[in-house]
Amino acid sequence: MRKRIVLALAALLAIAGCGSSSGSKDSISLVAYSTPKEAYADLIPAFQKTPAGKGVKFTQSYGASGDQSRAVDSGLHADVVAFSLEPDVTRLVKDGIVDAGWSANPHKGMVTDSVVVFAVRKGNPKHIRTWQDLAKPGVGVIEANPFTSGGARWNVMAAYGSQIAQGKTDKQAQAYLGALFKNVLVQDKSARDSLQTFAGGKGDVLLAYENEAITAQQKGIKLDYVIPDQTILIENPIAVTKKAGDPAKAKAFLSFLWTRQAQRIFASKGYRPVDPGLVDPKQFPTPKTLFTIQKFGGWKPVMVKFFDPQKGVVAGIEQKLGVSTGG
Amino acid sequence: MFGRPSGGGLARGIAMGYLSLIVLLPLGAVAARSVDGGLAGFWRAVSGREAVAALELTVIVSLVVALVGAFSGTLIAWVLVRDEFPGKRLISALIDLPFALPTIVAGLTLLALYGPRSPLHVDVSFTRVGIAIALLFVTLPFVVRSVQPVLMALDPEVEEAAASLGARSSQVFRRIVLPSISPAILSGAALAFARAVGEFGSIVLISGNRPFRTEVASVFIYGQIQSDNVSGAAAVSIVLLAVSLLILVGIGYLGRRAAKDADEE
Repeated sequence: MRKRIVLALAALLAIAGCGSSSGSKDSISLVAYSTPKEAYADLIPAFQKTPAGKGVKFTQSYGASGDQSRAVDSGLHADVVAFSLEPDVTRLVKDGIVDAGWSANPHKGMVTDSVVVFAVRKGNPKHIRTWQDLAKPGVGVIEANPFTSGGARWNVMAAYGSQIAQGKTDKQAQAYLGALFKNVLVQDKSARDSLQTFAGGKGDVLLAYENEAITAQQKGIKLDYVIPDQTILIENPIAVTKKAGDPAKAKAFLSFLWTRQAQRIFASKGYRPVDPGLVDPKQFPTPKTLFTIQKFGGWKPVMVKFFDPQKGVVAGIEQKLGVSTGG
Repeated sequence: MFGRPSGGGLARGIAMGYLSLIVLLPLGAVAARSVDGGLAGFWRAVSGREAVAALELTVIVSLVVALVGAFSGTLIAWVLVRDEFPGKRLISALIDLPFALPTIVAGLTLLALYGPRSPLHVDVSFTRVGIAIALLFVTLPFVVRSVQPVLMALDPEVEEAAASLGARSSQVFRRIVLPSISPAILSGAALAFARAVGEFGSIVLISGNRPFRTEVASVFIYGQIQSDNVSGAAAVSIVLLAVSLLILVGIGYLGRRAAKDADEE
């Protein structure tokens, strides 16, 4: 009896041990955030048709960007990682899973771009055009919670940056964020959830990425979107890990993603190509003022200043709002 | 007690080993994580206004849900055991479905039914009422399933005797039935409470997650993890667990007293 239990336990441990398989030749395990899933559904077969991609097998995993990054950090095997924002790659660099030189390539490690836009009801009945319109009384804003959704942090930085771009001071721009958050009706946990909320009839305007708004339209959700005069350029990173079972193939896949053909596929799913020469101005009009996260010193200082869960600017705004409304 | 087979060393060993692997070790790891930033860090994490608001909301809503569930669950169990009507078996089988439905689907469905585009013109989305409804849905089976078998095992002769001695039916229920089923009601309510405290999937859509208003503890904790404050998340979880444990011990005490009272009568 005892012996049998020991055997059973040993078997259990053996099964658990097999959980994290390591990479092998001629296969690429892609761990990515969820939005580009449909793009990869077209990109992977296209890569497999190229000489470099012949016979390469793929395993894919999609989920919230932060969750995926943490999973890889805790041992989920990945040959290629694609996230919605850079700090999710930086986490892996810190722990030696991604090489520190990952962004040393012509596109600085970024595979797709997008911009923050206002998704509005069909016909834009509330005439929402500018960032100021969002903070007006009576306008209901939907925006994911910047603490649960890494992607929502782009929206906050777009809103803040729009004020700086209009000549406001840091203090005035922070006050604007306060006014904006006063109008936020719902703070869903992810960008996908907030799209669901908006499509379900709540709110007048949804802070969204252009590519998500385009995908939503392609899926038949009734909405228009407005590109504000000042907005942030969203840049989505991709990297090969140091644990790649077949680094040559993984790198070949990345090179493929930067080709004209692959960037066109991304564009068909609503992403702006990272090569400016490929951006079709009719599909992707250039806003008057377009800034990047570098305007604020990059993600590292931004994370501390704005998104520290206890001392950050946004945490302060949420607290102030919570207290003033009596909780 | 005499002659009753006891667990024996082996059975106890397996039970303890299993509990350690599946429950104690993970809980211990959470506790250890919670003081990663030292006791001061622990305190900072759990005394933040947003954390306190989320904890309060969670505990109060869960208590309300357990209480409402105790009443409605008992009523449903009563109807299912004592009444005869067409489709009874089907309904009895349906009771467990809220457990099987993925909670995120439950959340989506409730949002569609009781949200801004409600076909019934009932919009409770993004309010505390919405949170309570989602929790009532996912915790429904607990009280029903714990009360049902006890009701079925009740000896009808006792009730008949009471009635023949002139007791009104409300008296029979209060004096005869209720004392026998109240331990089951309490244990079902305790399970419902515990589940409600930790629930995430069904609430996360319908609550709207507005800090200080509709943000429950599990969503707040998720936010801490997404903001790379894992020790803060663990600290808030530990407080949530401690408060729940206290309340569960309280309910357990009531249950044991009720069982003793029932034995004495």
